[in-house]
Amino acid sequence: MGRYVIRRLIQAIPVLFGATLLIFCIVFALPGDPIAALFGDKRPDPAIAEVLREQYHLNDPLLLQYWYYISGVLFRGDFGVNFADVPVSQIMAGKFQVTLNLALTALVMEAVIGVGLGLWAALRRGKATDTMILASTLLFISVPTLVTGFVLQLLLGVKLKQWTGADIFPVAGTFAGWRSYLLPGFVLAGTSIAYLTRLTRTSLAETLRADYIRTATAKGLSRRRVVGRHGLRNALIPLVTFLGADLGNLMGGAVITETIFNLQGIGNQLFQSVYLREQPVVVGIVTILVLIYILANLVVDMLYALLDPRIRYE
Amino acid sequence: MSNPTPPVGPGLPDTQTLVTEPTRAPEREGKKAKTGKPASLWTDAWYDLRRRPMFILSVIIIFVLLVMSFWPSLFTSIDPFNARSCDLSTARQGPSPGHLFGRDNLGCDLYARTIYGARNSIIIGVFTTIVTTLIGSLLGIIAGYKGGAVDAVSSRFTEIFFAIPAILGALLIAATFRGRANSILLVIVALGVLGWPMTYRIMRAAVITAKSQDFVVAARALGAGAGRIMFRHLLPNSLAPVIVVATINLGGFIAAEAALSFLGVGVLSPDISWGLMIADARNRFLEAPLPLVFPAAFLCVTVLAFIMMGDAVRDALDPKLR
Amino acid sequence: MKKTSADVLPGLSEGGALGDHPLLAVDNLHVEFRTRAGIVRAVNGVNYTVNSGETLAVLGESGSGKSVTAQAIMGILDMPPAVIPKGEIRFKGTNLLQLSEEARTQVRGQRIAMIFQDALSALNPVFTVGWQISEMFRVHRGMSKADGLKKAVELMERVRIPAARQRVHDYPHQFSGGMRQRIMIAMSIALDPEVLIADEPTTALDVTVQAQIMELLAELQRESQMGLILITHDLGVVADVADKIAVMYAGRIVENAPVHDIYKAPAHPYTKGLLESIPRVDLKGHELYAIKGLPPNLLDLPTGCAFHPRCPYRQDDCVTDTPPLHEVSGTRSSACHYWREVLDGEHQ
Repeated sequence: MGRYVIRRLIQAIPVLFGATLLIFCIVFALPGDPIAALFGDKRPDPAIAEVLREQYHLNDPLLLQYWYYISGVLFRGDFGVNFADVPVSQIMAGKFQVTLNLALTALVMEAVIGVGLGLWAALRRGKATDTMILASTLLFISVPTLVTGFVLQLLLGVKLKQWTGADIFPVAGTFAGWRSYLLPGFVLAGTSIAYLTRLTRTSLAETLRADYIRTATAKGLSRRRVVGRHGLRNALIPLVTFLGADLGNLMGGAVITETIFNLQGIGNQLFQSVYLREQPVVVGIVTILVLIYILANLVVDMLYALLDPRIRYE
Repeated sequence: MSNPTPPVGPGLPDTQTLVTEPTRAPEREGKKAKTGKPASLWTDAWYDLRRRPMFILSVIIIFVLLVMSFWPSLFTSIDPFNARSCDLSTARQGPSPGHLFGRDNLGCDLYARTIYGARNSIIIGVFTTIVTTLIGSLLGIIAGYKGGAVDAVSSRFTEIFFAIPAILGALLIAATFRGRANSILLVIVALGVLGWPMTYRIMRAAVITAKSQDFVVAARALGAGAGRIMFRHLLPNSLAPVIVVATINLGGFIAAEAALSFLGVGVLSPDISWGLMIADARNRFLEAPLPLVFPAAFLCVTVLAFIMMGDAVRDALDPKLR
Repeated sequence: MKKTSADVLPGLSEGGALGDHPLLAVDNLHVEFRTRAGIVRAVNGVNYTVNSGETLAVLGESGSGKSVTAQAIMGILDMPPAVIPKGEIRFKGTNLLQLSEEARTQVRGQRIAMIFQDALSALNPVFTVGWQISEMFRVHRGMSKADGLKKAVELMERVRIPAARQRVHDYPHQFSGGMRQRIMIAMSIALDPEVLIADEPTTALDVTVQAQIMELLAELQRESQMGLILITHDLGVVADVADKIAVMYAGRIVENAPVHDIYKAPAHPYTKGLLESIPRVDLKGHELYAIKGLPPNLLDLPTGCAFHPRCPYRQDDCVTDTPPLHEVSGTRSSACHYWREVLDGEHQ
């Protein structure tokens, strides 16, 4: 187990540096002079501009700039400041919370609905329920977030409020606390729910065909125990992998949902910062997301090893 | 862009998996035998596909979409690029004769714009798929065949691209180079740069499986060169899963294009894109939903058609997984 | 309250008198698989019995229906697609096929247990072997985890797994093939079943290990006096341990006989073919006999005697009339119209 963990950690290092460097390069290819942008319409005093350039390491080679940046992030948790001298970490903090809440809501929905529907379908394999669940997954995979977002906003948000008079699913902002995340969370989770449903179904169906399931039945165990203990425990392994890896996807993919539901998350912030050419903020956000992706995958690898002894003792 | 889709399709269990003691039955049904050469695999798949309503439906939809994107004038006589076809005073009018879907926020004919929107979706979807499939397959086949250090390096390299959230990465690239290149080309590049790793993984896995098969070992023993083994033996035998993923990804790329255009970094006005139309319609969405509903519906049906086709092809190629 | 097996099998107390009933009797059993390709007739009228302390070897090539029969006895066939249109499986006189699913669950594992061919795939990869063995005690006997584990160690020692106390916490993939099969056996005998079905228990193992496993099974059987049904395609495995043999072909019993009689003089052409296809040292240099033709297609069985297309004794009536099980002597029977000729060794 120890060696496995260490190997995974080592493998994550080049990914971390590679991905952040790539982002750094793309972002600093952003057109325009950030110092000039800082002064708006006024022409900055060349001397002051030079001082600022020096202060932000803008005159150094790109690789050196990258090193200043990434060492600050990794060793001091310092994401730098934007050109208005506001720490990037401060800009991100609140927004990050919003996106994290959104992604976690989506993840929970995904796990509950996706696994639930998948199990249901697997146990009714070939029957009408199964066919219906499968057909609806195809639909959910095919309808882009962009569309589900607006449609559900209209139907469950606006129309439902008109009919019932109660604001069950708020359609914009985060004023209603956790309830604000229900609808956008579901929209964000939509495609993943469908994938997870399919994955659960095939995984369990495959597992229930295994020889050890026949053994468990031959041991005189009840159907409930055979499926619930022997089947589910094995079928779970790919599901955990999917869920863990999906946290990163959800946070990264939240930008559309945030735009539709007017949530002030990091997706929204990134979008604005790209337009304002706030490179440090842009890099900061993507770096955080890359870190989350890598961490989530490490956790998945550990869980995988915990769930499957064949990997633990390899 | 997305995770590999688990297979779907309602299916009666086949004899092989249910009769624990092997019987003669599967042999008779042997057209699905795994040992078959690729040629027969494709022949069988084709035979199977022709009888799937989902496949036929998706082929029809895709055919109509292709015609729509090459000759939109077959479907409408209104030229949406001609400013005179719009009339602000009729903005958001409902459907009427001659204006089947009604008019959008600028008083332009919604039906004509929706029809013309197909072209960019198809172009971007097809070319992004070609780009990602070429990059992913080439790297995947080399990594899978060479193994060892080459495999380790290219797999880490691929993970770098996996680690960057696809939509955000594409947003970043598209926004950075916005206005410096043709917007459609830019979308293809932005999606292509981050879209190939999935193809890589699938190709690599397929090649590793195919590599240990007898005919490849035999070819190597007979002294076939690396290039010959990779492209004459491994490629044809690993193509099936890549084609399935490419088809499904095509739908995904079309959805991603719409998302980028919606965010204002994809296809730019005056070009027409369903994503852009959705963005234009969103502010008045609650009072006038139609300008949003029609492009959204076309978008959904298009994506659905490609994903349905990919699903059907996968089920046909791999009946055991059903 | 937990029902004991005695509740669901009235009149059958543990170790009670058997009366006239054999321990286990399969009577005219039919099993079909209804598939898309058609109806696969896997078992077409199987009869055999096994008594306490007796070993019955069921011999046949793959597809002969021997495993399907065993799974029908256990009640672990997937139904559908499997259907049992006819026949009885009587355990101490009670027809198992008429019991409720709940009652059958009580028989399964506790009174009739089974060992499978490939222990690596038959054991659950994610649970320790101790957990899997002790599950029998926890579920069926309501034992605590610790007591169950203690029992598991005892059982592992009984099947002679070295360092059982430590290895009880290991996972199946950490054992060798032979050790895994021993674990399978330990699990199946956990609750002292009266009947043990071993489905090709040694096929996946090395020859030396095969002998050890067979020896272990024979020894356990002697100790506990259970009835053992040994399913195999390997005549060599059978000779030393079996009391009687049932030979199966195309889902039917073609010959039923005490083991020595069969080796001395088979009464069915198929059995004869099987015996003659064993390589023998004393006949070194001779061409090895092989039964010509292919095993039958279960979707489309030959008319009359299913073996007729491959049979050297075939006459016209073999193509039209299905031979019943003819009584050859008090203890043996053969499903061949011309069993006398076969028995006399007359060559056609």
